[in-house]
Amino acid sequence: MATIDDYVSRVEGTCGAEKDVIVVFKYDKRDEAIANILKKATVKNKIAGIIFELTFQDTSFRLYASGKAIFRSIKNRQELNNLLASLLL
Amino acid sequence: MDVQALRKDFPILKRQVNNNPLIYFDNAATTQKPLQVINAITNFYENSNANVHRAVHTLSLEATDLYENSRQKISEFINAKDWAEVVFVRGTTEAINLVAYSWGLNNLCKGDEVLVSLMEHHSNIVPWEITAKQKGFAIRYAKVNSDGTLDYDDFENQFSKKTKIACLSQVSNVTGVINDVKRITKAAHDNGSLMLVDGAQSVPHMAVDVQDLDMDFLAFSGHKMLGPTGIGVLYGKKDILQKMQPYEGGGEMIKEVEYSQGKGCSLSWNDLPWKFEAGTPNISGAIGLAEAVKYLQAIGMNNVLNYEKELTKYAVERMQQCNKVIIYGSSDLSDNCGIISFSVAGMSSHDVALICDNYGIMIRSGYHCAQPLHQEVLKLQSSDRASFYIYNTKEEIDRFVEVLKEIGQL
Repeated sequence: MATIDDYVSRVEGTCGAEKDVIVVFKYDKRDEAIANILKKATVKNKIAGIIFELTFQDTSFRLYASGKAIFRSIKNRQELNNLLASLLL
Repeated sequence: MDVQALRKDFPILKRQVNNNPLIYFDNAATTQKPLQVINAITNFYENSNANVHRAVHTLSLEATDLYENSRQKISEFINAKDWAEVVFVRGTTEAINLVAYSWGLNNLCKGDEVLVSLMEHHSNIVPWEITAKQKGFAIRYAKVNSDGTLDYDDFENQFSKKTKIACLSQVSNVTGVINDVKRITKAAHDNGSLMLVDGAQSVPHMAVDVQDLDMDFLAFSGHKMLGPTGIGVLYGKKDILQKMQPYEGGGEMIKEVEYSQGKGCSLSWNDLPWKFEAGTPNISGAIGLAEAVKYLQAIGMNNVLNYEKELTKYAVERMQQCNKVIIYGSSDLSDNCGIISFSVAGMSSHDVALICDNYGIMIRSGYHCAQPLHQEVLKLQSSDRASFYIYNTKEEIDRFVEVLKEIGQL
């Protein structure tokens, strides 16, 4: 059974006053991760073919074609993991 | 300076990132490595690898020669009076920690003050804050003007009898502004204070002459000047280093560990600079750094600085044409050393960096380890930073500006 670790290479807290979280998808799974997310989240905006502004379960986030996603206002790792599990699996 | 020829020495510049040619503008964080450095390290491990000092076999003697010749080369590069004034450390951070712990803990107490500026990298703030809490001394922060330049009057006015050491970066890692450390060093010495210069962003980019500038300590990192990670230098004046206690204990830094029953061990320290190099040192790192120094010397440090100034001027002029791009720092680019911090209005710094990454352009976003400068002076949550080195080109800047223009239209 797949887990989020199958898709996620690393989670990085951003540096700066904004407490954003960047999720980096594994290189060989990034296309699959992006496809899964796009199937489930609502696309609010698609910018220059490389950035998707999305919402899912009242959470807004950006997904990059390079295989990274930036989440804002995430309270803790558990909340992020729940969100990723719903989006990816 | 033939940049296209020089670029061939850097294998990584041939790679693609996200299906685009790599454009590496994160040189203030770390620089790429030329083949000469990579080969010097490989050659050491393939042919001469052994532990240094205190062995009589051939390989150890070869390794020791390579290691100590590297020290000699680096001491000449910064024009130290004596090679023993060059202590190998992991990098700038460890060099400043060494001074804060070894000199600070033994020379500072309640009532004393350490003077730093608000533009310092965290590595020139945190070691002093930690030791201040242990010893009860105070830290004073000199102001920085809103354009990121040092408020020299404020720095000089804050010297008092209480000031035992002043600490200042020669080049800001956020704005790239070059500080007149010779002037501040003179002010420190006139006051009877010591002077520590953070050279992490200056030594890789300009000629730094420790005898001319006369600072007491200079800290810098190898990986920001084409060398490997995990190697750096603390330069210190010999008479000061001699009076300092070791930073760490173990092998190499010790001369005698004489055991007397019932009394334990009596210790005597090794000579400079080994007194501060406990344990097996980063031998290949020192060799790689010396090769990087050789590479930079062949180009000439004045050529390095002039080229970076040319790139910076060109980049600022081009970036100013971009809608929504806000550049931080002084408009006087004659005192800038290849670093540009900026924002794109309406975009988070991380989004800008992620979009650039999508086009194969590596820039940094965040505080750049200078939170006080961002909060107190620039009044920013974070910023983006493009930083250049000898292998960057105007064509790369053109591509970067195209991407910034696209970002401005989002």
